[in-house]
Amino acid sequence: MKFHISNSAFIGNIDPFIAAFDPHDESRLDVTTHNKWLSAHPVVLVMIAAKGLTVPQPNVSFDQINARPGHYLERMKLFEMLGVNADIHITESDPSGRFIPLTQIKNAKEQTNFITEMMPILHLEPYHAEAIRYVVSELIHNVIEHSGSKDGAIVAAQYHKKSNMIRLGIADTGVGIKKTINRSHAAWSDIDALKLALTPGITSTTNREGGTSDNAGAGLFFIKSIAANNRDFFMLYSGDALYKLLKRKPDSRTILYADPSRDKHSEKTGLPYWGGTVVGIDISLEATGEFHTLLELIRATYNSAVKERKKQRYRKARFES
Amino acid sequence: MKTIYILKEAGIFAENKDIARDLRLRVLLPALQQGEEVTVDFEGVEGATQSFIHALISEAIREFGSTVLDHIIFKGCNSTIERIISIVTDYMQES
Repeated sequence: MKFHISNSAFIGNIDPFIAAFDPHDESRLDVTTHNKWLSAHPVVLVMIAAKGLTVPQPNVSFDQINARPGHYLERMKLFEMLGVNADIHITESDPSGRFIPLTQIKNAKEQTNFITEMMPILHLEPYHAEAIRYVVSELIHNVIEHSGSKDGAIVAAQYHKKSNMIRLGIADTGVGIKKTINRSHAAWSDIDALKLALTPGITSTTNREGGTSDNAGAGLFFIKSIAANNRDFFMLYSGDALYKLLKRKPDSRTILYADPSRDKHSEKTGLPYWGGTVVGIDISLEATGEFHTLLELIRATYNSAVKERKKQRYRKARFES
Repeated sequence: MKTIYILKEAGIFAENKDIARDLRLRVLLPALQQGEEVTVDFEGVEGATQSFIHALISEAIREFGSTVLDHIIFKGCNSTIERIISIVTDYMQES
């Protein structure tokens, strides 16, 4: 497998990074970077780390790691996670301060510990803390419960001072969304599966409305809604498909859609195959409003989606004379 | 009357579904089956996920119907937790 990190790879311009991912030869991982400058979203690092963990350590190589890109990758603990000695030492503290290095989470206990420890590091206001804690918890939970990945979830986050934004990435190398969704719904393609997974009330555990006693199929819809409310980027990549919620103007009205096709988004198919699931999200700290106000919107959207599906299932009796 | 103290069981952020499932099976459903009223006390809890609340109460609504909500009291909820509980009780009754 091969990754190349160019000088800039964020959700808005992630497409070339994904298109350049070479998933062939799963016995080794080769990573190259821009030789002078590297500025990447944590989602890029979690993807590399997740794949790196599936490869024996001697078969992981990083080429052209110069001081500046290397510094960033070292700080985010990519080399440490993959057991690579990059011979890069950090002597200065990070001026922007707040980041969560790559972390592997395999069970609910590790998830709880991670969330407890990450929140003070990010120094967030209560509104943002609620939203980010919520997003992280539900995403990790999805991986632990549904992915079937023996390596669990790989998570990283970073605060970007210039944009006043928390960027978060989470990846797994499990079975992917299409396989899990098809346990209870018919998804013919990876992009169909992604859209079903983003629809409120659609869960891989049952096709019954309201879900099972343990799953309702609301997690990814909530997360997309948080991103939509903040008018920020959100991406979901699994199999050969990428769904990307696009940024909206700061003064645009928040409308939540149960059907992800109606959101301002881009979608791509035929991408290099990702066995598993990748989620990236930006959460602007400029956003105003309270988390509970957003929850009211989610409640209304969710209810109308459930009612609409109920209406679609409704059949009138047929009479013949 | 049974009381479930979420802070004691799940901490300030109620997100661990294993805990919710355990509370549902060990305390909530048996108490409701015996006709007892149950108080779910969120005093001191800052937040909860929809997954946690769903795992805790959805089966009770499915098994006993909407009237089970006459036998469950949600106490000490902040506005976020109140709304998350409402989302779950709404979609479970609509479904």
